[in-house]
Amino acid sequence: MNASLDAISTPALTSVPAGQIAEVRRASWLERLRDPLLAIIVPTAVLALWHLATYGRQYSLIPPPIDVARSLYDLAFGGIYDDAYSRTLHVHLLASLSRVYGGFAIAASLAVPLGLLIGRISIVRRLVDPTLQVLRPIPVTAWLPLSMIIFGLGPRSAFFLVCLGAFYPILINTIFGVRSVDPRLFEAASMLGCQGTAQFYRVVLPASLPAIFTGLRLGLGFAWVVIVVGEMTGVPTGLGAIIMEARQLSRTEIVICGMVVIGVAGFISDRLVLMLGKRLLRWSPNFA
Amino acid sequence: MPEAIDPILELRGVSKEFELSGRRIEALRETYLRVSRGEFVCLIGASGCGKSTLLRIVAGFESPTRGQAFMSGAPIDAPGPERGMVFQDYGLFPWLTVRGNIGFGPTSRKRPVEDVKGTVDRFITLVGLQRFAEAYPHQLSGGMKQRVAIARVLANDAKVVLMDEPFGALDAMTREHLQDELLEIWQRTGLTVLFVTHSIEEAIFLADRIVVMSPGPGRIEGEVNVSLPRPRDVVTPEFNAIRRELSLQLHSQHGRKAA
Repeated sequence: MNASLDAISTPALTSVPAGQIAEVRRASWLERLRDPLLAIIVPTAVLALWHLATYGRQYSLIPPPIDVARSLYDLAFGGIYDDAYSRTLHVHLLASLSRVYGGFAIAASLAVPLGLLIGRISIVRRLVDPTLQVLRPIPVTAWLPLSMIIFGLGPRSAFFLVCLGAFYPILINTIFGVRSVDPRLFEAASMLGCQGTAQFYRVVLPASLPAIFTGLRLGLGFAWVVIVVGEMTGVPTGLGAIIMEARQLSRTEIVICGMVVIGVAGFISDRLVLMLGKRLLRWSPNFA
Repeated sequence: MPEAIDPILELRGVSKEFELSGRRIEALRETYLRVSRGEFVCLIGASGCGKSTLLRIVAGFESPTRGQAFMSGAPIDAPGPERGMVFQDYGLFPWLTVRGNIGFGPTSRKRPVEDVKGTVDRFITLVGLQRFAEAYPHQLSGGMKQRVAIARVLANDAKVVLMDEPFGALDAMTREHLQDELLEIWQRTGLTVLFVTHSIEEAIFLADRIVVMSPGPGRIEGEVNVSLPRPRDVVTPEFNAIRRELSLQLHSQHGRKAA
């Protein structure tokens, strides 16, 4: 059957003039470039404005972009200023990465099972959901003092705060995913002979995966958002830690370097997660 | 041997009442019905006549308020693989491929992997979806989805296939194709089919026997036997005579309701 299909499609393709094919390709190439081109317009404009507003002014509190770029290079590779910050980027980045992913992993391992239970078992929902709803609006920043009393100064507090930031998006999306499984699928499963707890593994879990995944993605995003607060807990390393330290030393260019690195790292980690999702959830029209 | 008991389906005095915002709705009142092994029965009637409720009681999704439904002499109290349901909205598992959906039942019932594979292949071929075996439901047309839904219950050894307006969401061309295919499968396999529809033509085209239902409260109003040879031609005088008879039965209900 394949052979006959090829026989039908081959002449059709070769009959298209070569020029037309090239044109089709160029169009798709342009289309592929269009989004990145559109995406860099705003950052370029911001950079230009920033440059114009700060460059060449002696008493500007905000350093011009070129100074920040130089500092970023020095932070990463050294050789320009050779001060306490030179060649330390990898240390801070690794420290923050470990806290972001560590806190996120703890949050996911608690929030997903809890969300499945809350979504599926009404007694669990009535038992813990009201409490969680009251705790949820409390900002991570507000937990900082209590966290330092309970977990002490240092990385354990950082893990706790990052975990807290990632917890609720994962929990809420998991509950939503479990509760919005099409009831028709339970009927379909039970008439096919899949009943009781088997339905949990064969219907509830796969059906709620897209929502759980969205929760994980949002949770990881929040983990990056709260990393600076998490590293206000007196840890010596980390992107948040150098931002707070550089602020006290009025090294604003280092503060901005920290911001840029957090932005880029958060962006890349989100892209990786999204790619993973597209792979695992290609059955879902929302991800494919 | 319980398999040989006839009628394969029986409803004895089945009533169903629902509570809807404090009001009692009588969806089905004192219904008696017998369906023989291998029979193709259509349920037809206006909306609210209880035809879907009747089907859902036979499927085991609802339990009757009074009376009892039986399959092969045994009371029906839960859904089961011997009574396969085909829904209008397909009810396919979106995370499984065509192959996975058709194999869902046998896998759930812990059939050996090799058996499942053979069964699935057989039924994919039966419904002509070989080229789409690895496709996901959202990649299929409505007609293909309904083929998968039919194959899924057949692959799970259904003895009775319950169909709730299965072709209602499809375009006319696809619907006619699937009607033909369904009749072919039914004739080849000796299945029993209970088919809900609101199309008079569809009922006459498919059924051995048409059960006419009426609403408020839902009940069986009458029956029409269709003994035309298959394949049936929808424009013959005989076909039209039955169409007129059914039309009269259905419209007399409307007239009485309006009066």
